[in-house]
Amino acid sequence: MNPRSHIRLVVLHVMVFVLLLVLGGRLWTLQVLDGAYYKQFAEHNRIRDIVVPAVRGQILDDKGRPLVRNRTALVVSVDRTTLSRQPDGGRAVMRRLAVTLGIPYAELSARIRICGAGIKRPCWTGSRYQPIPVDDRADPKQALQIMERQEDFPGVTAQVQAVREYPRPQGAQAAQVLGYLQPITQDELNRRKDFKVTGFSGADLIGREGLEAEYDNYLRGVPGIRQVNVDSKGRVTGIASEQAAVPGANLVTSIDAGVQATVESSIKEAIDTAHRNGKHADAAAGVVMDVNTGRVVALASYPTYDPNIWTGGISQNEYDALLGKGSGEPLISRATQGQFAPGSTFKISSLAAAVGDGYNLHGTYECPGSFMVGSRAFRNFEGESPGNLNLHQAIVVSCDTIFYRFAYEEWLRDGNIHPVKDPKDPMVKMARNYGFGRRTGIDLPSEVAGRIPDRSWKLAYWNATRTSNCKHGKTGYPNEPADRNAYLTAIAAENCVDGYVWRAGDAANFAVGQGDVLVTPLQLARAYAAVANGGKLVVPRIARAIVRPDGTVVRRFDPLPPTELHVPQNVLDYLRSALAGVPVEGTARGAFADFDLKKVPVGGKTGTAEVYGKDDTSWFASFAPADKPRLVTVVMVSQGGQGAMAAAPAVDRIWQAIFGMHGQQPLLPGGVLPNGLPTFNPDRMVTTP
Amino acid sequence: MINSYGVRPSLIGRVLARGSVVRRLDWVIIACVVALGVISSLLIFSATRAQLIEQHQDPAAFLKKNLLNLAIGLVLGGLVTALDYRLLRAHAPILYALSCLGLIAVLSPLGATVNGAHAWILLGAGFQVEPSEFAKVALVVLLAMIVGEPRDGESRTGNSGPGLPDILLSLGLGGLPMALIMLEPDLGVTLTFGAIILGVLAVSGVRRLWLFGLTISAVLAAAAVVLLGVLKPYQIARFSAFLNPAADPRGAGYNAQQALIAIGSGGFFGTGLFHGEQTTGHFVPEQQTDFIFTVAGEELGFIGSAVIVLLLGILIWRGLRIATQAADLFGTLVATGVVVWLAFQTFENVGMTVGIMPITGLPLPLVSYGGSATFANMLGLGLLQAVHIRSRPG
Repeated sequence: MNPRSHIRLVVLHVMVFVLLLVLGGRLWTLQVLDGAYYKQFAEHNRIRDIVVPAVRGQILDDKGRPLVRNRTALVVSVDRTTLSRQPDGGRAVMRRLAVTLGIPYAELSARIRICGAGIKRPCWTGSRYQPIPVDDRADPKQALQIMERQEDFPGVTAQVQAVREYPRPQGAQAAQVLGYLQPITQDELNRRKDFKVTGFSGADLIGREGLEAEYDNYLRGVPGIRQVNVDSKGRVTGIASEQAAVPGANLVTSIDAGVQATVESSIKEAIDTAHRNGKHADAAAGVVMDVNTGRVVALASYPTYDPNIWTGGISQNEYDALLGKGSGEPLISRATQGQFAPGSTFKISSLAAAVGDGYNLHGTYECPGSFMVGSRAFRNFEGESPGNLNLHQAIVVSCDTIFYRFAYEEWLRDGNIHPVKDPKDPMVKMARNYGFGRRTGIDLPSEVAGRIPDRSWKLAYWNATRTSNCKHGKTGYPNEPADRNAYLTAIAAENCVDGYVWRAGDAANFAVGQGDVLVTPLQLARAYAAVANGGKLVVPRIARAIVRPDGTVVRRFDPLPPTELHVPQNVLDYLRSALAGVPVEGTARGAFADFDLKKVPVGGKTGTAEVYGKDDTSWFASFAPADKPRLVTVVMVSQGGQGAMAAAPAVDRIWQAIFGMHGQQPLLPGGVLPNGLPTFNPDRMVTTP
Repeated sequence: MINSYGVRPSLIGRVLARGSVVRRLDWVIIACVVALGVISSLLIFSATRAQLIEQHQDPAAFLKKNLLNLAIGLVLGGLVTALDYRLLRAHAPILYALSCLGLIAVLSPLGATVNGAHAWILLGAGFQVEPSEFAKVALVVLLAMIVGEPRDGESRTGNSGPGLPDILLSLGLGGLPMALIMLEPDLGVTLTFGAIILGVLAVSGVRRLWLFGLTISAVLAAAAVVLLGVLKPYQIARFSAFLNPAADPRGAGYNAQQALIAIGSGGFFGTGLFHGEQTTGHFVPEQQTDFIFTVAGEELGFIGSAVIVLLLGILIWRGLRIATQAADLFGTLVATGVVVWLAFQTFENVGMTVGIMPITGLPLPLVSYGGSATFANMLGLGLLQAVHIRSRPG
C-alpha cells in the first residue's frame, strides 16, 4: 500500500471515531440530560382525557314528584372540526346524513352553523369545538347505520344521552319557575375555568333561567375524567385511570304539583272569563305562599309554553314565538318579573300609614262619591257614596275617597307644592316598609323590584324625560287620534315645566295603588303574608333541599330570617278582621258565594287598577284561614277588568282546591304543608348511558 | 498436524488448526454480527408485535422473517468469504451490469413504490427485492477493481495514485447507478453511493487536488440538486423539517419529532423491552425499518442505544483494520468501500433519529428489518472476511 493510502486510512479512522463520538454525545444529551423533558412530551402523546358527563339532577315538588327529570335519547351529533378536514368541507357527509336521518339537507346544515350576526336560528349557540347535536330523536336503526359506517360518516356520532323531560305531575308545568338549559357559549367556557367540555354535545348545557339557572351548580354534578391510552391514530388502547362522574343532586322544591296545576288552570280560566266579559286579558300570574316561612307553594304565569321545545335545538319560528311580543312573551314570569299597579290591594299599606300618621283607627270618615284634590275631582269607583264609614267598612267596600283625603291632607302638611325640609311622606315610607319597590329575594334569577314613585324618583324621571316632554308639549303627538293627542300633549307640556314636583294628585293616586306605583304579584303576596302573620316580612323561597340521588341531604334551605314590618299589632289585627269581611259582605262577596267561609274563613282584598289606554288590571290578594292564617294567595290578571270579576273567582277556585270544598279531596288539608322531606326511590334515577 | 498416534486429525481439528480459514476469520466481527442480530430481532419483534396482534396476525411474523433473513444473509456472507475475492475482481463488471439492469427494472413497470420511493421489484409470494442495496456491493467491487490496480501499460510509481482515466471511469460508472437511484427517487442511497465513491477514491491515493475537487463538486452537486428542483417536495420538506422539527409536527416534522420523543423519553435505562408506550402506540412511523433505533432508544435507554452504536463502531473499526492489513490495494479498497458504506449509513440513520441529520430512507445496518439490506450487509461483511483471511499475517 502506498503511503498516501495509509495516511488516508488513518484520517478515515479518525473521522469515523469522531462521528461515532458525536452520536454518543448526542444520545447522552437527548436521553440522560433532556430525558425528563421528552418523558413529559411522551405523556401527552399517549394519554388522552375523556370527560364523562354527569347526569343532571332532577327538580322535584314538595312530595317528591319530578317536575323535571331525564330521559335517555339517541342523540346524533356532528363535529365541525372533523367535517372541515374533509376534502369538500364535509358536504358529502352531511348529504348522506340528511338522507339517513330523513331531514332536509338545508335544514341539517343550518343546524350546525355557528350563531352570530345575521345568522338566524336554527344555529348553534354553543362552542364551535363541541359536537353539535342535530337530532335527539334518532331511532336505533339510524344510530346503528351511523356508527357502523363511520367511514361514510366521519365526525358524526350517535350516543345515548340524558336529555331533559317534563312529566307534568298532576298537570303542573311551572315552565317559568323551572327555567331551561342552553348550550354553554364559548364566552362562558373562557370565563369559567371549572367547566369542562365533555365532548358529549347534549351535556354541555347550562341553566339559563329559573331554578335550572339558580341551582345550576348543584344540579349539574361533576363530570368524571377517564384517562385513556391512545396510539398515534387516536385509537383507544386501554384505560389508564378513571375518576367517575358525580351525578348532579336533586332539588326538592316547595312547589306542590297539585296546587301549582290548580293555580295554572285557575289563571287560565280567569283569562277566559275576562275574554268572555269583553276584556283584553293578556297576562296573568298566581302565587301561593306559606305566610310564616315564605315557602312558595305555587308560582304560575300566563301565557306559558311547553319547555320540551328547548330539548334538541329550537327553530327560529319557535324561538320567535317565545320571545316575540305577539306571543305575549311566555318566557317572562309575570309573578316575579311582571310589574303592575296594585290598585286597592295597596290600601293595607295606606291604612297603616294613615293610622301611623295620627288618624284614628276606630274613627268614622265620610266616603263621598268624589273628593276634590286641589282643583281636580278624584272619584270613587263608579262614583258610589256610601256615606260615613269606619276604616273596616272602608276596606270592605273599598272606598277610595277616604284614602284620597288622607293622602291630600298629609301632602298639605308636608308643605304643598313647596315641600318642607324632610317631608314625612307617611304613605311612601309605609309602602317601602311593606317591601314594595325592592326585590323580595326569592331564589329565582331576574326578579324585578317594582316601583315606589317618590319625590326623588319624580325628579330623576323628570330629568330623564324633560327633553322629550318639552318637544311633545310644543309639537303634540300628530300620529295619535285627536282626543288622545290633546290629552298627551297637555301632560307633556305640564311635565316639561314642573314634572319634578310631587303634586297632590301624585299623593292621592299613590294612596290607592295607582299612578306610577308598580308591584309584582310576589311582592303583594309577601305584603299580605306580613299582615297575616303578624308583622314579619318573609323572604320567599322555592328550594327546600338539595338531595343526592342516594338520598343524602346535601343542603337544607331553612326559611331566611324575616324583617320586621313596623306596624302595631292592633292595626294588623284590625286589618285582618277588615279583610276577612271582604268575601263575606264586601267586594268579593259574589266571587266567594259558593265558598263555605264558615268552614274556612278567608281574608282578602280586591284591586282594580286603571291603566291608561288599556283594560283594568284585576287583582285579588288573600290569606286563609283568616282566623289562623297559613297561606297567602295572590292572583293578578292583566287587562282582566275588575278585581272581583277575574282575579277573585280564580283565588276562590284555588282556595276551594286547597281546602277541599264541595266534597273534593283537599290538596293541603287545613292549608298545612308537609314538614319532612320526601323520600324517593333511587331506582327512578336515569343512569348514565 | 499429525498426532503421536499417527491418526489423521479430525475434521474439527483441521478446521480449528492454526492458520486454518476458520482460525483466520475475524471473530470479533462475527461476534458483533451475532449480537446485533439478536438485538435487531428483539427490537423488530417489539416494534411490530402490537400492530400485528391488532390485525389478528402472528405477532412474531416479522421476527421470524428477520431470523430467516439473517440466516440467509449469513450463508451469503459465508459464500463470499469462502470465495477468493480476487475472483470477484474478474467478475466485477458482470455484477455491476446486473445491478444496473436491476435499477433500470425498478424504474420500469416491474418496480413498485414503497414509502414514496420507487425502489422495489416485487417477486411475488410476498417477496420483494431492492436492487439498490445489492448495487452497493457491486459498486464497491467495481471501484476497487478500477482504481485498485494499474491499468495495462500504466505504471504507478511512488506516490502517484490512479490516473485521470481511472478517476473519470470511476466517476462515470459510479454516476450511472447514482443517477438511476436518484430517479426512484432515493436520496439516502444516492448519498451513500457518493460517500463510497469519495471514500474509495480517497484511499486509492488520488492527488489531494482531486480529493478537494471531488469533495467540493459533491457539495455543489447537492446544492444544485436542491436549487434545480430535482428533489421531490416531500424530500425538501424533510430537510426543512430537520432544520425546525417543531414547525410542522403533524406533517414533515412528524417523524423527526416523534423519533426524538421516543428516544428522549427512554432516559438512561429505558422503559424496558416491550414496554415502550411510544413504540406500542406506533407513534413513530416505519419503526421496524428506518426508525428501528427509536425502539432501542425508548425501551433500552441510553445504555442499549450506546451498545448498538458501540457494536457498529467495533464493526467499522475492524473493517478499517482489515483495510489497513489487506494483502493488496484491491483488498484495501474493497474493505474501505464496505467500511464507508456501513459508517455512512450508521451515522445518517442514527443521526436522523436523534435529530442531527436530515431524514432520508436509509436502514441501520444489521439492525433494521429488510431482506435486501440484510443480505447486502452480509455480503459486504463477507467481503471484509474474505479480504481478512487472505491478508498479511499479523
